[in-house]
Amino acid sequence: MKHLALALLLFAAPAHAESIVAGLSQNRVSITADFDGSEILVYGAVKRDAPAPDGPVEVIVTVEGPPTPVTIRKKDRRAGIWINTDAVHIDAAPSFYAVATTGPLASILSDTDDLRYRITLDRAIRAVGAATETGDPAEFIAAMERIRIAERRYRILQGAVEFTEDTLFRADIVLPANLTEGEYTVRMFLLRDGRVIDAQDRVIGVRKEGLERFLFNLAQDQPLIYGLLSILLAVVAGWGASAAFRLVRA
Amino acid sequence: MQLYLPIAEVSVNAFLLLGLGGIVGFLSGMFGVGGGFLITPLLFFIGVPPAVAVATGANQVVASSVSGVLAQLRRKAVDFPMGIVLLLGGFAGSGVGIYVFQWMTRLGQVDLFVQLSYVLFLGLIGAMMLQESLRAWFRAQKGGPVRRSHVHTWVHGLPFKMKFRASGLYISVLPPLAVGALVGFLAAIMGVGGGFIMVPAMIYLLGMPTKVVVGTSLFQIIFVTAFTTLMHAVTNQTVDILLALLLILGGVIGAQVGTRVGVRLKAEQLRILLALLVLAVSIKIALDLLIQPGELYSVMPGVLP
Repeated sequence: MKHLALALLLFAAPAHAESIVAGLSQNRVSITADFDGSEILVYGAVKRDAPAPDGPVEVIVTVEGPPTPVTIRKKDRRAGIWINTDAVHIDAAPSFYAVATTGPLASILSDTDDLRYRITLDRAIRAVGAATETGDPAEFIAAMERIRIAERRYRILQGAVEFTEDTLFRADIVLPANLTEGEYTVRMFLLRDGRVIDAQDRVIGVRKEGLERFLFNLAQDQPLIYGLLSILLAVVAGWGASAAFRLVRA
Repeated sequence: MQLYLPIAEVSVNAFLLLGLGGIVGFLSGMFGVGGGFLITPLLFFIGVPPAVAVATGANQVVASSVSGVLAQLRRKAVDFPMGIVLLLGGFAGSGVGIYVFQWMTRLGQVDLFVQLSYVLFLGLIGAMMLQESLRAWFRAQKGGPVRRSHVHTWVHGLPFKMKFRASGLYISVLPPLAVGALVGFLAAIMGVGGGFIMVPAMIYLLGMPTKVVVGTSLFQIIFVTAFTTLMHAVTNQTVDILLALLLILGGVIGAQVGTRVGVRLKAEQLRILLALLVLAVSIKIALDLLIQPGELYSVMPGVLP
């Protein structure tokens, strides 16, 4: 909390000439039975008190899902078969991470500010501790990035932010169907010369709704009733099929 | 139509699930097995997490077994005392199985354990059944003498004898208890009802007449899989009721069609086909273990203590 207040103070103190005014197409996503992914629109404008200084201005938008503990395992050949051998535990890796930019990350963002704001995928993950049982967690983390990029959980969308007249920007971020529940943080950065000159953040709540919510809560809170219900369903369906079959035959 | 599964936390096509349930139900109706040994790997394949696939597979087997046992009951082909003895063994085996499953999950070797069990048991049963059914088929072709179904072995020398009227047996309760325990154990770790192990064990090990085997096996499978489902629901919260509903709906429809096709085939032909199917599944899983996987790493949510 102290750090946050300090950061806010730092932001507020210098009357910077350029700042972000931002909005989101929605601040909640409901996972219902027919949920098949969702698209959120992040949009905004650059507000200027004075004429824009020379040089390019860039925008980066990140969306980060709730962090979850993760275990990364590696298979190795033992006695002719491939089995899991080594494992690396990560206390908190984002369940979803998308970073959209107006240009190549390497050229628009300096290492110092990347370190400070944890913007690139590597920083967003490595900022959190990795408890390891083996030698090299970096190799495991790289593997997790590769797998989660393939699953579209992690996305690097360089050049995906539309930026009109150095003023209006928008980015469409697709949330996949296998979302984890929780708070998704949307951050918007305004950059000049690789340095962050303004930042904004918003929160999107992702929640199971309706039937999904009900079944999930029941399974977690009343596992015995839920289990009995599952069995009852199976017995009724089995009996129903048998009865229907007899009717068809008769 | 995409459907989001609340426990598995994946979005899958509802018709695909109905279809999967239907195919498995068809085979189950045709061969008189629960079909769990097929549904669990198929669910892995479409992206359902293994733990959810195993628990939900058990739930689906409850439905197909209830349906099957009701049909057998009308033919008076269920040996209840035998079923209850098998069941007692089954509960013990199932309890141990769930414990081993949790232990393996903690070690991160649960996939390997399930896969090895599959290869071992499916391979063994498939090969035995294929050999037996091919021999029966050739014998039928030649028109040779039918082998005695009831042969006295060391099994009949054990203590604690009991009468099983419907099966026409007077044997010790120990072998049925052991068979029940083994099947219950497998049901818990593999998400299968164990029909494909139970049926041959009852015929070959216990010497039960074939006509009461299917009904009795299904009778006890209902309870073992229901118990397994409940245990998974309570200890792991991994039963996905929505997934189960779709599989069951497809399954019961498929089972009706399968039963009708099944009655047109000869018993040996049916057993050869089932043996080939069981062997194919086992070979596929064995290859997965032997061939280098494309991705050596896997990511699992959650840090297990």
